[in-house]
Amino acid sequence: MTTHTPGTTPKQPAGLTTREMMLNIGPAHPAMHGIVRLVTKLEGEEIKGAEVEIGYLHRGFEKMAETVDYNGVMPYTDRLNYVSPLINNMGYCMAMEKLLGIEVPERCHYIRVILSEVSRIGDHLTCVGATAMELGAFTVFLYMIKAREYLWDLVEKVTGARMTVSYCRVGGVKADLQDDFAELCVKAFMETRKVLDETHGLLTRNRIFTDRMNGTGVISAEEAISYGITGPFLRATGAEYDVRKDCPYAVYDRLPFDVPVGTRGDNMDRYLVRMEEMEQSMRIVEAALRDIPPGPVLTNPETGRPIPAAEMVDLAKVGNIDAISGGCAVAGPTLEGSSRAQYPSIAADQKQVFLPAKEDTYGNIEGLMQNFKLVMYGHGVRAPKGEVYFPVEGANGELGFYVVSDGGSGPYRLRCRPPCFAIMSALPTLLEGDMISDLIPTFGSVNMIGGELDR
Amino acid sequence: MNNSSLIESVTKRFPDGVSASHTYRGDATVVLQLDALLETARFLKEDPAMEMNFLVDVTAVDYSAFGKGSVPAFFSSSGVTVRPSPQIPDPDPWPGPPDKARFAVVYHFYSMAKKHRLRLQVPIEDETSPEVDSLTSLWPGANWLEREVWDMFGIVFRGHPDLKRILMYQEFEGHPLRKDYPVAKRQPLIGPLN
Amino acid sequence: MSSEPSFLTSRLEEALGWARKFSIFQYPFVTACCGMEYMATACSHYDVDRFGAGLPRFSPRQSDVLFVVGTISHKMAPVLVRIHEQMADPKWVVSFGVCTCTGGFYDNYATVMGIDTIMPVDVYIPGCPPRPEMVLDGLMKLQNKIQDQHMGGKRPAPEQRPPQLEGYEV
Repeated sequence: MTTHTPGTTPKQPAGLTTREMMLNIGPAHPAMHGIVRLVTKLEGEEIKGAEVEIGYLHRGFEKMAETVDYNGVMPYTDRLNYVSPLINNMGYCMAMEKLLGIEVPERCHYIRVILSEVSRIGDHLTCVGATAMELGAFTVFLYMIKAREYLWDLVEKVTGARMTVSYCRVGGVKADLQDDFAELCVKAFMETRKVLDETHGLLTRNRIFTDRMNGTGVISAEEAISYGITGPFLRATGAEYDVRKDCPYAVYDRLPFDVPVGTRGDNMDRYLVRMEEMEQSMRIVEAALRDIPPGPVLTNPETGRPIPAAEMVDLAKVGNIDAISGGCAVAGPTLEGSSRAQYPSIAADQKQVFLPAKEDTYGNIEGLMQNFKLVMYGHGVRAPKGEVYFPVEGANGELGFYVVSDGGSGPYRLRCRPPCFAIMSALPTLLEGDMISDLIPTFGSVNMIGGELDR
Repeated sequence: MNNSSLIESVTKRFPDGVSASHTYRGDATVVLQLDALLETARFLKEDPAMEMNFLVDVTAVDYSAFGKGSVPAFFSSSGVTVRPSPQIPDPDPWPGPPDKARFAVVYHFYSMAKKHRLRLQVPIEDETSPEVDSLTSLWPGANWLEREVWDMFGIVFRGHPDLKRILMYQEFEGHPLRKDYPVAKRQPLIGPLN
Repeated sequence: MSSEPSFLTSRLEEALGWARKFSIFQYPFVTACCGMEYMATACSHYDVDRFGAGLPRFSPRQSDVLFVVGTISHKMAPVLVRIHEQMADPKWVVSFGVCTCTGGFYDNYATVMGIDTIMPVDVYIPGCPPRPEMVLDGLMKLQNKIQDQHMGGKRPAPEQRPPQLEGYEV
């Protein structure tokens, strides 16, 4: 048996001819994380060229955003990069806050950063787990999804939903963190670190894994930049670009973290960069939980007895404001709605933008009017005429939102700059010269998310 | 370089190509003439002071319904119009969309070394067959981005190697993100209309 | 075997139904966000393997339940119908997530408003995305349906409306 070196045409016995084969790795394929069509031209096992066809999940995000108002876009942004929905929420809200020129309270920034990083860990877990599963390491996938469940439990306690959260609002977030959030977080991270250690033990020095990942899907830094690639993909090639460090937003400039950068730009580097980024994200969250400004105190300061929110609203409805003024209601923030006590820490102090607390809506006429003006069709948040672009660091790279407003109640044009669009456009270059079985780890490390690619 | 010096260097280099420039909410924007686009982009990429090696995004805006938001039926008789809230501070207002142009193609650039951003806006006055130069010769990443703009808006990019639909299927007729394309107008390949 | 119900054929149908419902080979046609909840349901926390449905077959020729998970756009619809036609009888279709049930909130030019416009659906699991417990509930409903299916492939008569709703005009 002669061995074949990739990049060369094997010598054929005399009298036989070869022909290129077209292999369609069609839209519905188990190893494609999402629906995309790859038409590959093969010479034996080697890929001579590939053509990528996307758009199978185009759901008209940008057109739908023009039909709803500014806060109504939030559920649509969740479903862009659906493995890390909080980052998309945050990006859109920060773009809107830049357009409106308003500042949110510091605690709100910390909350958004903490939940973004938790989302980022979830995204990397899914990506590495799915790649490992495609290469045959099904156990790693199960372990990573187990860790992801702990993180999703954490997110569910804060936001109310596991995945599609719609947590941020223009001008703040929906509700504050739980009192015991820090302990829950410690527990979840302990489990995640255990899983990461196990994964390192199973994969990083595994001969089969390293042979398949080393040297495959190589791209140089200049080429990656010319395609517009950002994120862990670019950092694995050696270029050090992270939106959190270079164009810091929220409170990232105060939090200590490192940005892992690779050298070779192949699949193994991307895997290692993602694994290290998860550790750095946990470090960010722990630092943020130490530095976060204190939240509201949820008991009546005189009696020390917590007032249930429903009772407070009932008193307000009958006009008995004296009984409740100055008191703070205790409420499960996600189940009974946010209460006035939390507002200084979660909402910008702008009544044109953020809904009032329920005590105020039912309790006094100003709150009622504010609620009406923000909720009724045709009113709502009315941004000044203008356009802004705001980039955040998504799990795949620079996720930017470009908002054009004409003074109406909803965005006139909302554009999401998807990070994996650029990576997918470079996929034919990545695949050329590799063998057909190298397509699997390369495509896995691209972390293509259909919701973001096709929007 | 900060925003004003960025705008200044572009305006100084291409005095006839630049029709307007402004800074809004910290974003520097330069409005260009159609024929100045390729040269300006090349200048941005190759000039050592600008060094904008990263083409962030190519997109387009259809300004045909700008400011003509529909008034809710409840208020139509009372003459209430929806306009920006006067309480939101807007010290340096936006100059407004380019007049006489229906489409504008918007480019965002970033420099990884110098860490500055710039937006180029190219208004296209020809409504029936909008055309603009393609940047694929400078950045291969512009290939797919321009295909998407063609698919969604119908703007042709001169010099693009393979301008075909990317997000919609080939048999689709029309360009969905234009303002005159209704949201729910479906063209199913199989199955009933709704 | 005659087509009238008799003791032997009904016992045989029960046995076949029991065997079929506990050995579901699903084809997860995953497109969008619901895929994440599908992965969560299939993995250790909410294990779908204990229902006998733990082995996804990624070929329509080898599977009997088609889980349509996630939004179907008009570009993808012909592919989905082709896959459905490639599956051999007896086959069932589960519509996972509200985008496949009715189109979800993507009422626009690109989305199929419910896959029951292009293929017959057996179980609808709404939710955006449905919690894994809802998915397991839907799976159990599917198992009941499989159990009640007649040998010739005929589905049982649709469920009767509950007695409280008798005479209630829609």
